[in-house]
Amino acid sequence: MTHLPFIAASYALAVLILGGFSLSAWVRVRMARRRLAAIDPRRERSRR
Amino acid sequence: MSGRGVHPVDTSARLGVAAGSSLHRFANPGRFLRLSETVLPWLVVPAIVLTVSGLGWGLFFAPADWQQGDAVRIMYIHVPAAWLASAGYAGLAICSLLSLVWRHPLADLAAVEIGPVGAGFTALCLASGSLWGKPMWGAWWVWDARLTSVLVLFFLYLGHIVLVRAFDDPVRGYRAGAILGLVGVVNLPIIKFSVDWWNTLHQPASITLMGAPSMAPAMLWPLLVSALGFSFAFAAIVVTRLQAAVMERRIRALLLARAESR
Repeated sequence: MTHLPFIAASYALAVLILGGFSLSAWVRVRMARRRLAAIDPRRERSRR
Repeated sequence: MSGRGVHPVDTSARLGVAAGSSLHRFANPGRFLRLSETVLPWLVVPAIVLTVSGLGWGLFFAPADWQQGDAVRIMYIHVPAAWLASAGYAGLAICSLLSLVWRHPLADLAAVEIGPVGAGFTALCLASGSLWGKPMWGAWWVWDARLTSVLVLFFLYLGHIVLVRAFDDPVRGYRAGAILGLVGVVNLPIIKFSVDWWNTLHQPASITLMGAPSMAPAMLWPLLVSALGFSFAFAAIVVTRLQAAVMERRIRALLLARAESR
């Protein structure tokens, strides 16, 4: 394959950017869901 | 016009109010979270399947170009990233319009969440373009109209990210960001037509809405699959970030209410 370093760098960047955004969004939503579950009075009432 | 006739201004005002009220049905955070939970799997699964197949097809099975050799495989990343960079900004501008005209609260949050994702896709477009340009043109960067207008798009995204967070009152930040979002739309046609209006090193569009593509189907299909995968990925990331933003806003409101009640 010609120009392999350039091609590999492009694909690595794509994986890094798409993967990074996906992972950070997933972690953020999980943390928010956990924190909300801990303090939301509606959920506290339904637990009792 | 007779006295009973409907005045055109009244009709347009009523239509505007109707559009605003139907949009505000989705401003309810609980309704948005329920709807997004249903929609998200239909975005995530196609995003993974189409992106992996499109990129795998382009990298291993699509033919090399007779002039560019294997470097043409960078196209399967560069072109979808470029399309999404512009489409993302168009989405940000639509959210800005919804925010300024109808004061839609979710539109503000959506614009804030689109900004970093759009900037990431624009950075990918610029970086992959640079990696494609070096072996083909012999330069990492040239101040060509297309490249420069995409760089301006990247700065517009960065400006929006900074501006919406620059005020103590978030609403003022949203308003300022929405104005920048709308003003920046003028750059989108400049990006699109830069290769036609100026004599540029960047090649003109190979795929147009009206004409037949000037690209072999063996290269066109993996490109379209990859572009569709990138589009689903962009949408999935933005919806997930928006879910988190809605929940974080509720957390802040609950903590504030608790602090005030003490």
